Amino acid sequence: MTSNSLYGASIGDRIYRIATTAFALSIPLLLVLLGVEIAVAAWPALHTFGFSFLTSSRWDAVDGVFGAAPAIYGTIVSSVLALVIATPLAIGVAIFLSEFAPPWLRQPVAFLVDLLAAIPSVVYGLWGIFVLVPLLREQVMPFLSDRLHLGGTPFFSGPAYGPSMLAAGLILAIMVLPYISSVTREVLMAVPRSQREAALALGATRWEMIRGAVLPYASSGILGGIILGLGRALGETMAVTMVIGNRHEISASLFAPGYTMASLIANEFSEATNDIHLSALMAVGAVLLALTLVVNMLARWLVWRVQRQGR
Amino acid sequence: MATAIRRRSLRLRRARSAAMIALTVIAALLATLPLIFILALLIRQGASSLSVAFFTAMPKPVGETGGGMANAVAGTVMLIGIASAIGLPVGIGAGLYLAEHRGARLASVVRFLSDVLNGLPSIVIGIFAWQFLVRPVKHFSALAGGIALGVMMVPLVTRATEEMIRLVPDALREAALALGYPRWRTSLTVVLRTALPGIVTAALVAVARIAGETAPLLFTAFGNQFWSTSVTQPISALPLQIFSYAISPYDEWHALAWAGALVLLALVLIISLVARFVTRSRFGAGHD
Repeated sequence: MTSNSLYGASIGDRIYRIATTAFALSIPLLLVLLGVEIAVAAWPALHTFGFSFLTSSRWDAVDGVFGAAPAIYGTIVSSVLALVIATPLAIGVAIFLSEFAPPWLRQPVAFLVDLLAAIPSVVYGLWGIFVLVPLLREQVMPFLSDRLHLGGTPFFSGPAYGPSMLAAGLILAIMVLPYISSVTREVLMAVPRSQREAALALGATRWEMIRGAVLPYASSGILGGIILGLGRALGETMAVTMVIGNRHEISASLFAPGYTMASLIANEFSEATNDIHLSALMAVGAVLLALTLVVNMLARWLVWRVQRQGR
Repeated sequence: MATAIRRRSLRLRRARSAAMIALTVIAALLATLPLIFILALLIRQGASSLSVAFFTAMPKPVGETGGGMANAVAGTVMLIGIASAIGLPVGIGAGLYLAEHRGARLASVVRFLSDVLNGLPSIVIGIFAWQFLVRPVKHFSALAGGIALGVMMVPLVTRATEEMIRLVPDALREAALALGYPRWRTSLTVVLRTALPGIVTAALVAVARIAGETAPLLFTAFGNQFWSTSVTQPISALPLQIFSYAISPYDEWHALAWAGALVLLALVLIISLVARFVTRSRFGAGHD
């Protein structure tokens, strides 16, 4: 230290320290700025409509009355649907890759699954419009409602338009699968070898070993991965906007078109004519922001807890 | 008799184990199928409408065949440039701070908030950029779009830089300090330099992530039918153009959307592969 200051280096050190600290501080500042800007812009709508903004289904740009319930409902339903479809698959893939896959197959399959995360959202949307939605309309939806006679249940009733909550859930499932599976794979690989060997030594079959000795050890990490996937699904915009049908209505049927918060903003923001409409869209953004913040913090906490256990 | 029962139950347990293993294989197949379908279709649909004109020609009005996305390709390159000019210095600087102040309270706060920023929906960053950069000046601009993408890059670069710098052995830092190097020169010319390949990889991964983003650009860069390289004007980008062509009712535009998607995916994949290659050569010729 003294020799540094002898050579006049302390000024350089001070500049360096101030500069890196400033860059580091820019992240909290950015988040505060983001929160404040969105809160300020959302305030008029939140103030005018109060609690009914969250519970009302009436979204009327002409009369200037806004309730975001259908979008909130659609966001949650499409994301949960995606998780219901993606989670078993993702955990299956992760178990296959970490426990059963022959070494030569491990790398390529892992690469292909990771590649799913590299495809831009808008490309998924393009595929959704021209492949998934027609497929649902002409094959899957008639099959579900007529062949499997599920048309009588509220979840699969109504006409098969194509663009629907089901389409959004399916496309989101494909998009969040790589996130859940890569976290799960990491957590599974962090399970100590002795854990597996002990189970096998007690005479467990390979599946019993996974079920009894590996999965319980990894469970809260896997849950963290699932919630991280949920965070992704809640905020996903483009692909959902292109296949969900964009309608302000709460319907129990997965065949019916719906809306999510992100797709509502994407669709109406540039067409918003008056200040209250803009403010309502900002308020939708604020709700989405709050929801993803809570979900992400929960996920980080779970993963962090597992990592600390592992040490 | 007891052994008979035990034997049967063992057979049952083995069968169940085999069935579950088979299920994980099926899961792996099901998970990779959509990717293969999407890639195959992209190549089939995209390649047929892809030509040199795609990169050199401007979009044509509805009804005329041909035309390209020259402006969108240039726009994407420019937006990535602006985003990198913001995201890289901030991210690397913050990463240096985090690596050098491991235990500090501010470091753990910044680390946590950078993960929070990484988890924010891109559309929220889009409306923030609009409110902060577009609304006050009352017009869309390439600059606002680039900054929105830059904000998305920051947490990615920060965390990766921190991890890469932590891999640099302390002995290197100590050797430089022992030779009388001031701390800042040690950090920048010894530590950062050693970690450089890893940071280049991180930068490329971050660029690959933002290159395909559409949502933050919808209300910032906005899109532009004409050639533009001005930072204060609205600018087109590949993802924006793919989006507006995909939801249009015209077949010619659909074909161009497929070609655009193929180009965009190729761009993302090439950047990702280069990133992998940089890391591999580092670990090949690196330490041990």
